[in-house]
Amino acid sequence: MAAMASVGTSALRREGPEKLTGRALYLDDLDVPGAWHGVTVRAGVPRGRIKSVSFDPSFPWKECVVVTAKDIPGKNVVTLIEPDQPLLADGEVRHREEPILLIAHPDRAKAYEARSRVTVEYEPLPPVLSLEDSLSVKEKIFKDDNVFKSFLIEKGDLKGGFALADFVVEGEYRVPHQEQAYIENNAMAAWEKDGVLTVTGSLQCPYYVVKALKVLLGRDESKVRVIQTVTGGGFGGKEEYPSMIAGHAALLALKAKRPVKIVYDRHEDMAATTKRHPAVVRHRTGLTKDGRLVAQDVDVVMDGGAYATLSAVVLSRGTLHATGPYECPNVRVRARAVATNTPPNGAFRGFGAPQTLFAAELHWERISRALGLDALTLRRRNLYREGSVTATGQVLRESIGASECLDLVVKRSDYEKKRKDYDLWNADPAKPTWRGIGLSVCHHGAGFTGSGEVYLASRAAVALTRDGRILVLAASTEIGQGTNTIFAQMAADALGVPSDWVEVETPDTHKVPDSGPTVASRTTMVVGGLVRRAALELKAALDAEGGRVPKTRADLKKSAAALCGREPLRRFEVRYEKPPEIVWDEGTYRGDAYGVYSYAAFAADLEIDRATGEVRVRKATTAQDIGRAVNPRLAEGQIIGGCAQGLGWALLEEPVYKDGVMANAQLTNYVIPTSLDAPPFDVTIVERPYSRGPFGAKGVGELPMDVPAPAVAAAVRHATGRLIATIPQTPERILAALAGPEDA
Amino acid sequence: MIKLRVNGKPRMFRGAPFKRLLDVLREDFRLTGAKEGCGEGECGACTVLLDGEPVNACLIPVCQAAGRRVETVEALGTPEKLSKLQASFLERGGAQCGICTPGMLVAARAHLASGGRPDDASVREALAGNLCRCTGYQHIVESVLAAAKGAKKPAKAKRPRA
Repeated sequence: MAAMASVGTSALRREGPEKLTGRALYLDDLDVPGAWHGVTVRAGVPRGRIKSVSFDPSFPWKECVVVTAKDIPGKNVVTLIEPDQPLLADGEVRHREEPILLIAHPDRAKAYEARSRVTVEYEPLPPVLSLEDSLSVKEKIFKDDNVFKSFLIEKGDLKGGFALADFVVEGEYRVPHQEQAYIENNAMAAWEKDGVLTVTGSLQCPYYVVKALKVLLGRDESKVRVIQTVTGGGFGGKEEYPSMIAGHAALLALKAKRPVKIVYDRHEDMAATTKRHPAVVRHRTGLTKDGRLVAQDVDVVMDGGAYATLSAVVLSRGTLHATGPYECPNVRVRARAVATNTPPNGAFRGFGAPQTLFAAELHWERISRALGLDALTLRRRNLYREGSVTATGQVLRESIGASECLDLVVKRSDYEKKRKDYDLWNADPAKPTWRGIGLSVCHHGAGFTGSGEVYLASRAAVALTRDGRILVLAASTEIGQGTNTIFAQMAADALGVPSDWVEVETPDTHKVPDSGPTVASRTTMVVGGLVRRAALELKAALDAEGGRVPKTRADLKKSAAALCGREPLRRFEVRYEKPPEIVWDEGTYRGDAYGVYSYAAFAADLEIDRATGEVRVRKATTAQDIGRAVNPRLAEGQIIGGCAQGLGWALLEEPVYKDGVMANAQLTNYVIPTSLDAPPFDVTIVERPYSRGPFGAKGVGELPMDVPAPAVAAAVRHATGRLIATIPQTPERILAALAGPEDA
Repeated sequence: MIKLRVNGKPRMFRGAPFKRLLDVLREDFRLTGAKEGCGEGECGACTVLLDGEPVNACLIPVCQAAGRRVETVEALGTPEKLSKLQASFLERGGAQCGICTPGMLVAARAHLASGGRPDDASVREALAGNLCRCTGYQHIVESVLAAAKGAKKPAKAKRPRA
């Protein structure tokens, strides 16, 4: 009899017992003997040329190690997409938080004191601090037009489409930065031993760090080793910046000839590291009088910050999701990411899609008003279904749960009745609140965009040791989402053994192959698929060896000894193979932008205090089609957690920028949801299996972030009669809108 | 010299009396369960119990703990023998990345041990000083409620002094 299937069960979190007892060691918890404390001297001006750096002679500098750009043995660049961001500024400074030099001292307090004794003088240059200033090109800070990247998607005949339209509806939508606000700040340690530079810390993408260190240090991969420590949240915020901190720690450790730890405090982490890109999105939409889309013209601008970093790919995902999950025969999407003298923006759960989907979804409220048709009916008329063709010409073939999700949410939230009930409630002047309920439906492409997975060519392996241990070897990091648990479940089911026979190796680049980064909702679907295939190869080898898969651990040991012979282990490694039906043209942006999409619908049911404008979300109802929930409890955790972040963005969170830096870089005044802000969630997991996903699974990580903000804005409109085309929808914004006229 | 009881054991601290209790626990006593998330009493990752009351250890100078009882997550259970509350968090997804978990557990324990009501609103109120960015709180609240229901005598846990 085969082992009971683990996929589809809520197996317990693998590393849970350690996390629940304080035994899990995050970087700051590690006792690194002899480690000095590293600190970073930052620019303090948004733009300028460095004239001089001086060190207060009254400070005992001989106790410290100081690193400048001149100490970099390789190239002074943080390798990512474009080689434009230096590890340490040398010459021109392009944002206030740009690192200039590094100091390490045996005593943490003295390290901070040393930092305050450095003075950098600049020849100031006029900074570009807003997206609008960048577009106007008053100052050129990147090439001739300040544009890092632009995209154009065209489908059908836009002009012809608008000619067929009975209605044309226009709207402009704006979303701010967002801080990831993982509770563990960025932290990294480095040391060199036997010629190998080891960096360990809080990170999402071990091989991104390896690639950056190779170039910085001029070393090959055998001399650089990156090991993930237990990581206290990422949400995209630990995708790229850890490469910067790893470089800093490495240089200090090499110069000090001893281990160095860099642990950011909250203020430094919030001010200096990446945020969600702010965006302005304009829609011009043509519809027939019965509510069918005939033309969509969308313009997207995102603020990339001072360096290109990930802006091109964030913009790409934003562009590809800009129409929402609706079929329209004639489409144009134009998108640009521009440079400003602010800290670079980067990855945050959703990666450009929440920005453009906010606009696409909230735009239905404007359309609804213009056409006199309700937003639910309008969505139902246009939603993706089997056979729909997207803006890039992709034919949607399978696993399309958009309508099912919407229907479930409408039913479970009692949407239609509440629309009517709340109209009555709101008309009664004696009521202390206004009530509203609003909807959204979103899609989210799983895995890297376009040919991204082909270029990544990710690898993963399953190994059997001679003493009978089964190991999953992958670079995908556990950052709270449950990687360890689901990899063990998927490997176990592929092998037909109990999941507690399977161990998951810690991501250590000297032990695990490059499975690509832990981003883009790709861990379950793409890397999980590799783990499953590798496990099937091991199963085939076991079948060939003993004619069957072992039924007991003693059996397994015997088979392992036979299979391994004299080797310590047998390793079965596989590489990503593109399904043949996925065709993408990078040059024209035509074809299958993603192998498959996940879908979600959301209803925000809220009330607003008539005196204070304060919003309370009474209930959040969501249904999400993720193909297959490998572990339903963990998947639900992703959905509720991601939606809570989306509600934070919609209602509370706003990094305030002053002179090119975040002025509220503290958890005291950058407010994220508490247990009292988070509403009760009603979650339904919809399973429309994807034939190319392991066990039918698609992506789940980012999708939940897309849906809350537009549903909240729609609900606020229902409650107040005002469409507020930006977030967060704070009491101040709501009261200001109420002081103005009702929507025309 | 400052004397205090940490997780039931007498401990002594020789050093600056205004050193943060959090740093004394983590650096001097090597109890790294309590975490620093913000250093200004906002996130609650450093929550410990001082004479049974939850406090932010990043805001308490160690001298203020002199002669008092300090309890950290390390006192609750071990990976091999989880407490009822910890086991409930494990079963119901109350921990994801885990960085807020020690503070969350300690705050939840204080709530239940002091006779706090085992209902959704009371638990949310009791945990409102502990930020979690992963879970959206629902699985945490469910974990605490299930532990409270499963525990026939929640008062069995030590009650704080008035």
